[in-house]
Amino acid sequence: MPQKATSQKNKQVSPKVASQSIKTAPPKAVKPAVKKKDDENATDMGDVADEWMQGKTLLKPPDQLQLSEAELKEELTRVLTANNPHAPQNIVRYSFKERCYKPISNVDQLAIHFSLDGNMLHKDSDEARRQKARMSIAEEYVADSIAVDGSEDGRKENLGPDEEKGESEDKGTRGKKEQKLTNQFNFSERASQTHNNPLREKASQTEPPPRANFSAIANQWEIYDYYIVELQKQERTKEKQKAPPVKKEDEKSKKKQSTTESQSDDITKVSSKVVQILERMVNQNRFDDIAQDFKYFEDASDEFREQEGTLLPLWKFQYEKAKKLAVTALCWSQVYKDLFAVGHGSYDFTKQGHGMLLFYSLKNSTYPEFIFKTDSGIMCLDIHVGHPHLVAVGFYDGSVAVYNMKEMGTQPIHKSTAMTGKHTDPVWQVKWQKDDMDNHPNFFSVSSDGRVTSWTLVKNELMYMDVIKLSVDGVALEGQGDDQLPTMACGTSFDFHKQIDYLYIVGTAEGKIHKCSKAYSSQFLETYNAHNMAVDAVRWNHFHPKVFISCSADWTVKIWDQTINTPMFTFDLNAPVGDVAWAPYSSTVFAAVTTDGKVHVFDLNVNKYKAICEQLVVAKKKNKLTHVEFNPVHPIIIVGDDRGYVTCLKVSPNLRKMPKEKKGQDVPKGPEVEVAKMEKILSLLREPTSAVKK
Amino acid sequence: MEKKDEADYKRAHSFALVRGSDMPDEMRAETIEMCVTALEKFASDNEKAAKMIKETMDKTFGSLWNVVIGESFGLDITHDVKGLLYFYFCTVAICIWKCS
Repeated sequence: MPQKATSQKNKQVSPKVASQSIKTAPPKAVKPAVKKKDDENATDMGDVADEWMQGKTLLKPPDQLQLSEAELKEELTRVLTANNPHAPQNIVRYSFKERCYKPISNVDQLAIHFSLDGNMLHKDSDEARRQKARMSIAEEYVADSIAVDGSEDGRKENLGPDEEKGESEDKGTRGKKEQKLTNQFNFSERASQTHNNPLREKASQTEPPPRANFSAIANQWEIYDYYIVELQKQERTKEKQKAPPVKKEDEKSKKKQSTTESQSDDITKVSSKVVQILERMVNQNRFDDIAQDFKYFEDASDEFREQEGTLLPLWKFQYEKAKKLAVTALCWSQVYKDLFAVGHGSYDFTKQGHGMLLFYSLKNSTYPEFIFKTDSGIMCLDIHVGHPHLVAVGFYDGSVAVYNMKEMGTQPIHKSTAMTGKHTDPVWQVKWQKDDMDNHPNFFSVSSDGRVTSWTLVKNELMYMDVIKLSVDGVALEGQGDDQLPTMACGTSFDFHKQIDYLYIVGTAEGKIHKCSKAYSSQFLETYNAHNMAVDAVRWNHFHPKVFISCSADWTVKIWDQTINTPMFTFDLNAPVGDVAWAPYSSTVFAAVTTDGKVHVFDLNVNKYKAICEQLVVAKKKNKLTHVEFNPVHPIIIVGDDRGYVTCLKVSPNLRKMPKEKKGQDVPKGPEVEVAKMEKILSLLREPTSAVKK
Repeated sequence: MEKKDEADYKRAHSFALVRGSDMPDEMRAETIEMCVTALEKFASDNEKAAKMIKETMDKTFGSLWNVVIGESFGLDITHDVKGLLYFYFCTVAICIWKCS
């Protein structure tokens, strides 16, 4: 029926209706609709359709409704609504409230014809923001790198892209809140790092307190035993206390003292030999370089110095208690080649004090081996050749003494007194002689009182005998008349001939040298007017039997041939000469020391007019050198000065030249050579003596 | 008899007998006195005696003191120099040492 209810409007919208009705209407209704449509088409197009239709005859399908014409002309109205034809017309729901079914007033008429899920997000939604954030990070990264390049390049050109990038950056910045806002057009970033100082680690540790270990065992038997021992000790002390008090206490106290002393003296109980060796070892280590020099050093520069030589300082010996005393005597021991004796005293008439006799060994330069203290200053000393333990000493007060080194005492075994013929003036020289016929050691002494005395050790006594008395006008003759008192000359030095036993020479304070014989006590064999001042030293040559040397405070050193009255050689040394000594290895070498601190070494074979070595030996020039001695074996000399120092010097090779060897010829060694050498030199002088020396 | 002897020797040994010591004299005397007091006070309990000794020593002479009291033990210790005392008292041996 509804199909029939269509209005005239249908004519205009006939196709739509028709289509609508085609869709919605059931299939059976289609045909009539179709027909209706055809009919309407026919009615619409009116005349045209009619005309067209006239040519055709209506075909009626077999199953079409057979309607009458009246029914066919019946107008049916149709109402179009927007209702959803599929939607139900009424919906009834159960209402729990009223416990009955109730119809719902509005039925939903919405019909979804098509749905499609899209992938667009609203830009403010969460997901969109998240996506944006993700995107912006990536974009920013790219944008930054490009923005940098972009800013460096032309700005105008890249304005557009920059803006875009700026925008992307802005978007990016929203993601990161802490990004600094930079000027997009004019921005450059710069950074720098200061230099960090290097780190240094410092640590220190204090020294831990000292610790010690201790171990013991404690058990009952140990405890018991120890208590028993202690109780016994206590009982013993009680018994001792009960015994008579006074004396035993004293003894005990003495014993205690002795025990304590022995405990403290344990060091000294240690063998002095051991201590001595130790001391020497220590000193050798200390002065190792000096010891090496002494033994092995040969001055190589001597090759370049044609004739001159040098003296190499080695050890310096000094003893504190002898510091104020001058060295007045030096003597090497003939047997112990490293031992020498030093006599200390004073040359000053006004300042006379005590004296010291010291023995030093080269092996220990810091402390003397033997020390003897004397009341009076020592002026001279001599060590016996055969009995090296006997030492003869001459004093300033005129006495002589003999020390025995073997004995430990500090006092001499013999000493001359006023009774036993001591000199009245300082004894200037003492010299041991060969043992006399009874094998008694004897020595000679010369003194300022003008006497040359011979002393003999006879059965623990010192016996003297005046050998000769020196006087100004020759030997003092007794009984010379009362009007003439013999003026005694002062003997200042003497020396005995090496080969001829009885021959000796004496030097005097007047400057004369007398040649004497032991046999003749009343007469001099010869007198030489040697010097203008006192003769400080006279020495026979070790090799040549006729030659001797003398030195004096008149600045000269003179060499004499005993047969000739005038000196063979005279050397002026510009300062008072304290001592002179021949070298034991050569007949032409000698050394002289002067008060200006110099040592002069001469070799007549090399240079007859000048010293081949002139060397300042002591530190200060004010030190006056007083004595010099050659070591019999080693090439060293010792020099004593007035401050109490003894300096040991090594003689350089140039100073101990041996005659050159000719090829193919054996050089005869020995004293004959030396003698010949000297003789040669002297012979040069002797013949034209009269011509030259005048 | 045995009991008498025991009693005798217990009395006889009732003094401190120093076996080994590293301390200065006054310090040693003071320490021995204090230890004897402690031992007599805690005659039955060595532990308390040791505790007392240790605490007193720490207070008087500074830390750090170790005290061993016993009748039968062996020891091998490292101690600060001038901080060792080892002595017997009756039947016990006491060793006190400082090791900071």
